[in-house]
Amino acid sequence: MKKVLILGSGGLSIGQAGEFDYSGSQAIKALKEENLQTILVNPNIATIQTSSEFADKVYFLPVTYQFVKKIIEKEKPDGILLSFGGQTALNCGIELYKKGILRKFGVNVLGTPVETIIATEDRDLFVKKLKEINIKVPDSIAVTSIKEAINAVEKIGFPVIVRGAYSLGGLGSGFAENKEELKKLSKKALATSSQILIEKSLKGWKEVEYEVVRDCKDNCITVCNMENVDPLGIHTGESIVVAPSQTLTNDEYHKLRTISITVIRHLGIIGECNIQFALDPYSEDYCVIEVNARLSRSSALASKATGYPLAFVAAKLSLGKSLTEIKNAITKATCACFEPSLDYITLKFPKWDLEKFKAVSKVIGSSMKSVGEVMAIGRTFEEVLQKAIRMSKENFIGLVGNNISFQNLKEELRFPSDMRIFAVAKAIEKGMSLDKIARLTNIDKWFLHKIKNIVEVNKELAKYNIKTIPKELLKQAKMLGFSDAQIGKQIIKEKVSLDKKSLRVRRLRKSKKIFPFIKQIDTLAGEYPAKTNYLYLTYNGSEDDITIRNDESIVILGSGAYKIGNSVEFDWCCVNCTLTLSKLGYKTIMINYNPETVSTDYDICDRLYFEELTLERVLDIYEKENPQGVVVSMGGQIPNNLALRLHEQRVKILGTAPKSIDNAEDRHKFSKLLDELNVDQPPWKELTNMKTIKNVAEKFGYPILIRPSYILSGSAMSVASNEDELKRFLKKASLISKEHPVVITKFLTGAKEIEIDAVANKGDIICYAISEHVENAGVHSGDATLVTPPQRLYHETVRRIKKITRMIAKSLDITGPFNIQYLAKDNEIKVIECNLRASRSFPFVSKVYNVNFIDLATRAIMGRHVRKIQNTSFDLDYVGVKAPQFSFTRLRGADPILGVEMASTGEVACFGDDIFEAFLKAILSTGFKIPKKSILLSTGTLKEKGEFIESAKKLVSMGYKLFATSGTSKFLDNQKINNTLLHWPLEDKKPNALDYITNLKVDLVINIPKSNESEELSNDYIIRRTAVDFSIPIITNIKCANLFVKSISKKNAKDLQIKSWDEYL
Amino acid sequence: MNFFLEKRKPAKLVLEDSSVFHGFSFGYESSASGEVVFNTGMVGYPESLTDPSYEGQILVLTNPIIGNYGVPGLERDENKLLKHFESDKIHIRGLVISDYSHNYNHWNAKKSLSDWLIEEKITGIFGIDTRALTKKIREKGVMLGKIVIDKDTQIEDPNKLNLVSIVSRKNVIRLGTGTLKILVIDCGIKNNIIRMFLKKDVSLIIVPWNYEIFKEEFDAIFISNGPGDPVRCVETIQNIKLAIQKEIPVFGICLGHQILALAAGAKTYKLKYGHRSQNQPCIDTETNRCYITPQNHGYAVDEKTLPKNWKVWFYNANDSTNEGIKHNIKPFMSVQFHPEGKCGPQDTDFLFDKFIEMINKSKEK
Repeated sequence: MKKVLILGSGGLSIGQAGEFDYSGSQAIKALKEENLQTILVNPNIATIQTSSEFADKVYFLPVTYQFVKKIIEKEKPDGILLSFGGQTALNCGIELYKKGILRKFGVNVLGTPVETIIATEDRDLFVKKLKEINIKVPDSIAVTSIKEAINAVEKIGFPVIVRGAYSLGGLGSGFAENKEELKKLSKKALATSSQILIEKSLKGWKEVEYEVVRDCKDNCITVCNMENVDPLGIHTGESIVVAPSQTLTNDEYHKLRTISITVIRHLGIIGECNIQFALDPYSEDYCVIEVNARLSRSSALASKATGYPLAFVAAKLSLGKSLTEIKNAITKATCACFEPSLDYITLKFPKWDLEKFKAVSKVIGSSMKSVGEVMAIGRTFEEVLQKAIRMSKENFIGLVGNNISFQNLKEELRFPSDMRIFAVAKAIEKGMSLDKIARLTNIDKWFLHKIKNIVEVNKELAKYNIKTIPKELLKQAKMLGFSDAQIGKQIIKEKVSLDKKSLRVRRLRKSKKIFPFIKQIDTLAGEYPAKTNYLYLTYNGSEDDITIRNDESIVILGSGAYKIGNSVEFDWCCVNCTLTLSKLGYKTIMINYNPETVSTDYDICDRLYFEELTLERVLDIYEKENPQGVVVSMGGQIPNNLALRLHEQRVKILGTAPKSIDNAEDRHKFSKLLDELNVDQPPWKELTNMKTIKNVAEKFGYPILIRPSYILSGSAMSVASNEDELKRFLKKASLISKEHPVVITKFLTGAKEIEIDAVANKGDIICYAISEHVENAGVHSGDATLVTPPQRLYHETVRRIKKITRMIAKSLDITGPFNIQYLAKDNEIKVIECNLRASRSFPFVSKVYNVNFIDLATRAIMGRHVRKIQNTSFDLDYVGVKAPQFSFTRLRGADPILGVEMASTGEVACFGDDIFEAFLKAILSTGFKIPKKSILLSTGTLKEKGEFIESAKKLVSMGYKLFATSGTSKFLDNQKINNTLLHWPLEDKKPNALDYITNLKVDLVINIPKSNESEELSNDYIIRRTAVDFSIPIITNIKCANLFVKSISKKNAKDLQIKSWDEYL
Repeated sequence: MNFFLEKRKPAKLVLEDSSVFHGFSFGYESSASGEVVFNTGMVGYPESLTDPSYEGQILVLTNPIIGNYGVPGLERDENKLLKHFESDKIHIRGLVISDYSHNYNHWNAKKSLSDWLIEEKITGIFGIDTRALTKKIREKGVMLGKIVIDKDTQIEDPNKLNLVSIVSRKNVIRLGTGTLKILVIDCGIKNNIIRMFLKKDVSLIIVPWNYEIFKEEFDAIFISNGPGDPVRCVETIQNIKLAIQKEIPVFGICLGHQILALAAGAKTYKLKYGHRSQNQPCIDTETNRCYITPQNHGYAVDEKTLPKNWKVWFYNANDSTNEGIKHNIKPFMSVQFHPEGKCGPQDTDFLFDKFIEMINKSKEK
């Protein structure tokens, strides 16, 4: 075997996030170690695996049957890896197998055979397989229609769980208590999956998972088990999870372990897999819920929780190596055929970002809504819970001490939302009995007792002040994971900022000699010495595991949890910065807590602190390590926000000065700077008083952009097009005050948005890349479709942008990466935003231009000589297009429109000879399907309807059948464009748009909202949402719609070339 | 009031190298001394504490949170064995942990770990940096030590005692009605070995360590696990020497393995800090397969001293120490690890079948 094809997972979406960058990167490393040539297909350009240091060849193309088939024809690989790219890769692989492509081209599936994969994915087969060896599974029946579903429940009985086979992250699943719910759920699940399962509900049982590894010699081990704090009924991706399990006895732990091994042997898995159990909390009864025959989110978590490199080992095993031939990468002495023993506890906490979506339900359940996760390591449950909460929720200081209240605690406990754990703490605080809480939540009382410990110590703290607090209590609080801020809030009654309180407690703590200790993760609980520095801090200890040598070390602050707007791209920046620092001879220290990342692989840096990115913790590490400085410009907004605060504590910040960062971040200061430079900006005003808003709005002229300060989250950023909309917004946000001001900005319509990503050295620009948005301004830059090099900008515009960028870089004396966003209208340029850090698009532009911006930035930051890169922009023979990846299908009720708040969970980027080819490849990579025949149009305002005339004509001439809602239909009639009228969903008339969507009689919906403000239950909303629920592609932006029509009129499937990255360069 | 804030009884752990670890008492409030050893298993404290092989030892658990699922009840099975424990009492001298769960929760728990320790008069200390302690033992080797609560105590070396004679039963019991008769030498046998045997078609004659075994009639001998240095089991070694001469099938586990090796003429030695865990990889030299095994031993067989016709059957994939021996022709075999699990994995439970197979084969001859 010489050449191996690896399928990636594509754009990050809910249920399939950064963990596959981790697993794919590890697999590539493992293959390269065996001198195999690696070919990677992954359109996710922001990943580390698609960097030039990794795979030998990268295709930025959709991971779909059509494209991968052609890649196989072209590359003729000897083997293929299907289990490192999530459900996307697995589904693609199954299709290639079923259609005989793999056989035809002699491609061996490495690792678990496809038949086994199919047996784990097809529920009927799976149940049959498990029954062969007398393993218990929940009563379940696979059905393909609603009628069969009803019959199935007659046998099983309510309540049941309905879920789709072949789906990721429990997509389209839910609990049904009665026939109506069953019908509704089945219909929806059947829309995304041809087969669905009706399964006996085991709500309330303990949910336990094992990660199992097996080699071709039949050696089989379980690397880690994990217990969900939230019992069955809540998707494991939505649950708080601990590893190892905490409430299982030896008999339970090892019974499930033995079953895991028995099942995995029987199925014939080779490599890595995950098995999920339900365990009765009141008896020895159990059920196997499912087996994932691939690397998963859980396996990434298990890898980070134990230090066992699951993906790396799995890749080696799929090449036919045995477990005993592989060394333990941490001890470098013992072998990989062992089961890690943990002398610490880890806790995973999901990262939800539900505030970002309009109209989405906050109730959590059997399908996944979280967009990321964090993991905390410590030596008490209380410590890891509080740490994890601070990691997941940036403004929270721990489990207790946050300003939150609940209307109805009982309801909060019974119907879990993303805030349930806080409701549990509140209920304990209010005196509700643990028995009652356990009844309402089904959470094991052991966990509740631990939460109670936190609540009680918090109460105890309030009895003291900073002078009277006993040392023993202070220490106890720290051992239970209290932050200095939490303690400060209880014992400092004066009105000072939380940071000040926290720093005062810090001083007190140090005077009493209460410090955290550095502990090492070694996979063997201290039995053998570890050779790697995978570290965490704890107050439950009495000595450091490592001695700090005063080496030339640099701290890099990571990006924290993945969430909307903060994703794998920042991890790419952090990793690349680390690699460059190593090349320059520095010892690198990474601080990050996101288990889905490559930056938290312990072989990327010299010392990895799997720790909080809070002022307190970064100072702890800084004081222990005494490094040469801290890099804050790679990990996105979290490190950026720490810059000034760290600087004030005399931490050496490398790169652009913290004062300059503040000058760019602070709206007033930045605005003043722009005025001084004579650079235009949209008019804006900060208001602390409701009455003045209307006057300002009228002065600016509608539409206006309203941006509340973070405290008002829940009523996020909005656009008001008229006085009515302004009033509606103000009703929601009644809390405007001096502390919580609102910023009003004039919203420019019809303007182009342009971004520049650049690196400067002492104020001089070294390299830059300009990208234009396809959509007009008003769509968040993270949701916009980016094109680089720009295809439709005037030379004058580009010249002006370059000039302004140079001026800003100079006056802020920038050293390092930065990004500026511009508006351009009629050759007028306005600056909207400037970030003195790496931006989301750094990996994109770095890869399109094949210039590593982060490498240059890192060298500049370290004061090395860097040569200017000249004229990068205009001499490319190809175009890169970056498109957003949305996860609206998973967010029940969310309106899939683009607005000023970012809603995409990931991105993809593809290359093409022209914008049309690149654009089509990019949207196909996000799951979009080219319509075959029928398109439903509602094209928005009169202006937009007009803009679409040419496109509509083109569609008709290409043979498409157009359907349109009343206004659009009339308009098209007037233009003599053939179309069929469909009535609005809320009209009781046939033919109705809703029927056409739910019966899948249209292949594409183009629905342009009339205003940026969506109204729930409006006709347009129903059309958009139903299209999403029934997996019909949808376009909601007029510019995108026109570009799409133009693209398909110029290119068909055959024109989309199968070219790897290097073939473009 | 919260237990964190109550007056807690201070306690300290003192090692023979005079290092001191401060914590709090959560068991019987009396000082205790013993050999300090660590176990890295993540579950199974009720099983570990009642494992007779820990006689004389102060046990450090590296799993930082202990007591979570309480302690089960004293139900007995049809053979009058305690269902949830490995013997009738706690054998450790003291328990050292990091974080104690003052509140437990489990459907089969009857009392807290703390109450159990107090009932059985066993000392317990929590609030210890068990990782730091473990590393110290790893670097310096096992050490004697003491837990001091209130009144100080002398450090005593339990290895000077014949620990097997303390834990071995005093009279013979007969269990099971199966066809094969196995004589079980109890050097401190774990209940689960008996349970595993009784699932097979065997009857057991369980006898004390120094019993005159040849007055009984049997088809094979099993030598159990047990505490301490195997060379102290002089009578047992003598008996096995005779059995070897008589070519009676022998199977040994743990201490039983060491005794078989000594009887065969090999030597044993003390490991620096032993193997006490549930995750030891052992390679079967006949198949090259690797098994995850639970272990609890401080001594090991020196494979270089194995006489002719004896071979290494298993070895440890981490440190290459001996994990099992086998005679090339005759029906003698033994393993250092615990195929019966409890606590720990039971991936090697097929060894009990192998033993029975071996007995049957030798009967055929």
